[in-house]
Amino acid sequence: MSLFWTIWISVITLTVVIGCAVLLRMTSKNTTGVPEGEPMPHTFDGIQELNNPLPKWWVGLFWFTIVIAMIYSIAFPTYTANYNGLLNWTSSEQSVMNPEESAEAAKTSQSQYQREMNAADEKYGAVFKDLAYNESGAYKDLTLIAKDKEAVKVGQRLFLQNCAQCHGSDARGSKGFPNLADNDWLYGGDAETIKTTIMHGRNGVMPAWKDILGGDQAVKEVASYVLKLSGRRVNAIEAQAGGEKFALCAACHGPEGKGIPAMGAPNLTDKVWLYGGSRKAVEDSIANGRSGVMPAWSKILGEDKVHLIAAFVYSLSLEK
Amino acid sequence: MTTATTIQPDYNMKVVRQFTLTTILWGIIGMAVGVLIAAQLVWPALNFDTPWLTYSRLRPLHTNAVIFAFGTSALMATSFYVVQRTCQTRLFGGPLASIVFWGWQLVILSAVITLPLGYTTSKEYAELEWPIDLLITAVWVVYAIVFFGTLTIRKTSHIYVANWFFGAFILTVAVLHIVNSMAIPVSLGSMKSYSIYAGAVDAMVQWWYGHNAVGFLLTAGFLGMMYYFVPKQANRPVYSYRLSIIHFWALIAVYIWAGPHHLHYTALPDWAQSLGMVMSLILFAPSWGGMINGIMTLSGAWHKLRTDPILRFLVVSLSFYGMSTFEGPMMAIKTVNALSHYTDWTVGHVHSGALGWVAMVTIGAVYHLIPRLYGQKGMYSVALINLHFWMATIGTVLYIVAMWISGVMQGLMWRAVNADGTLTYTFVESLEKSYPFYTIRFFGGLVFLSGMLIMAYNTYKTITAEKGSIQPQELGE
Repeated sequence: MSLFWTIWISVITLTVVIGCAVLLRMTSKNTTGVPEGEPMPHTFDGIQELNNPLPKWWVGLFWFTIVIAMIYSIAFPTYTANYNGLLNWTSSEQSVMNPEESAEAAKTSQSQYQREMNAADEKYGAVFKDLAYNESGAYKDLTLIAKDKEAVKVGQRLFLQNCAQCHGSDARGSKGFPNLADNDWLYGGDAETIKTTIMHGRNGVMPAWKDILGGDQAVKEVASYVLKLSGRRVNAIEAQAGGEKFALCAACHGPEGKGIPAMGAPNLTDKVWLYGGSRKAVEDSIANGRSGVMPAWSKILGEDKVHLIAAFVYSLSLEK
Repeated sequence: MTTATTIQPDYNMKVVRQFTLTTILWGIIGMAVGVLIAAQLVWPALNFDTPWLTYSRLRPLHTNAVIFAFGTSALMATSFYVVQRTCQTRLFGGPLASIVFWGWQLVILSAVITLPLGYTTSKEYAELEWPIDLLITAVWVVYAIVFFGTLTIRKTSHIYVANWFFGAFILTVAVLHIVNSMAIPVSLGSMKSYSIYAGAVDAMVQWWYGHNAVGFLLTAGFLGMMYYFVPKQANRPVYSYRLSIIHFWALIAVYIWAGPHHLHYTALPDWAQSLGMVMSLILFAPSWGGMINGIMTLSGAWHKLRTDPILRFLVVSLSFYGMSTFEGPMMAIKTVNALSHYTDWTVGHVHSGALGWVAMVTIGAVYHLIPRLYGQKGMYSVALINLHFWMATIGTVLYIVAMWISGVMQGLMWRAVNADGTLTYTFVESLEKSYPFYTIRFFGGLVFLSGMLIMAYNTYKTITAEKGSIQPQELGE
């Protein structure tokens, strides 16, 4: 914050506060020339104004708030970003511009946010560690944790707080956000793969094919072929034409359209549709592409919590 | 009750009559929309799957209607009445007063049409799009010319305190509106515009505006109203001239800095948050100065409360004013705000000011005005005024108590944590728990609205009665 703005803010706000104090002193004394309790020598539409003194308790209250405000503004940063007050307090790192700078600052920061985060880690960190680690100090096998009721419960709470916004509180997802409870997986459903997905995130990209395929008719044909893969009744001639073009799609979805988990390419032969299975939705996906982002949670939650969330998500498939 | 004085013929009372009647009309419409959206929160099906009946579009219609249609019509009516009578001169500018009336009705009509259609800047209390913003600016400038012009040609030596407050309200609202509404239209043929501010600056400008819309329109403006109608209705002198000086200057100088308390614990820099908080604390005493001066004006006239329900409206409005201006600085303290922010507590706080203070003082002023504007010596029925008084009081109390309980409960539920540090409740769980209070709030609002309908009936009977046929009555006669 430049010196100019520091002076600008300080001078104007302190003038206001000091001005209030000066006017309060002035009006606390009777300088009107009219005895106290008597009317002022003017009337307005019959209304008179008495020259009563200010109530003492009110004057005291006014001074009290001014003094408290002054003490607070010396103790905490108040007029400028360049001075953190006598208590050297900040709510958070005020100057970081991106997550990397934020992570770097967190190592040494004394901000209220960081202190609260550290205190929480200290208080609750042990809870997660107890559930996630075995006696030799390594992570417990996820398939074992998935059978530990207490651990799954904690994993579920973490899920509700961090994952439910997209995947739903029942983990059944919604359009564009995968259902995690149907044992159908884009990137593979073994426990360690689920953990990798949560730790590092995923970027699912379906390119837009309309121009490459050559327009709406071609999109329609490919859609017919794709719908036929999952057993839907379609126009046979369209589907055949679409099948000839499917070679382009097979690079990711495989020659039989069964998908390739390593690429996150969905299986097109089942009845699970991430972006909707209506003809219109499928044509939309082909024509304009799709882009799905699962954020990386390793830096936000830390591996201990992710480990427990992964166990919870994995447990959803066990119940089936 | 005080005897009605005859209106001096050279005053422009036509514009006062027009604004007074539209105050009642827009009050009923604005509050009816409020009751509908309160009902939608309990029974969501009441939006009938119709886009322009959805909560998101009707909520800004409600706020705009009660603040700018009901509240501002009331301020325009009373400021034009008070400035003429306390300056002993006709309104300046001849037909300009008429332009203010019809121009302002056009603004309101534009809001009533565009907000349900979904046109919005998405700035709270400043949702109206740029063409309407331009119209508001033009009408407001004419309003200022008429008001300050009348002050200039006054026949009295001093300017009465009510006019200081009206003047501060008119000037500051002009500045707030113009600065916050600065935007660039997508094209001249498009209703859509984008604010010239971005990020935290945009948020700060918005809440500088938002808080001072409360401070200068809903506080300073209505204090102006209070300073005329309380001493007039009580027929007593104003308690303290010196108190009016200190609390006026302190109020207007400090209020303008309090906006950042709407942005505690956000991306707004720490220093701005602290500054907003300390200024909000200092604001406490100046706010209460107005309440003291109003209530103490009744010294020696307390017995009138037994027989005059209009005075009851005015005095109870001051009590709610005192309560919400105590609550406001407390909620501006960061530790309190950490609990109250984003909960129904805020909604309750706003309505203790809006229903308890703004609406009640307006209703008192309107009951004072109607007989004087239509050549009667009193309202058609004082018993109905008294009934209205109790409905307004009960409605307000139901509303704010429900929101206090609901708000504090939400704040506590949102911060509750399990033994592992995760949140105990999901948002939806806190919402489920709020339903009973949403029902009470709806009921409180409905009672308040019904009181307004009684007022409309009483007004209709008063102005359609033969001139001079209604005699002053006291309660219990």
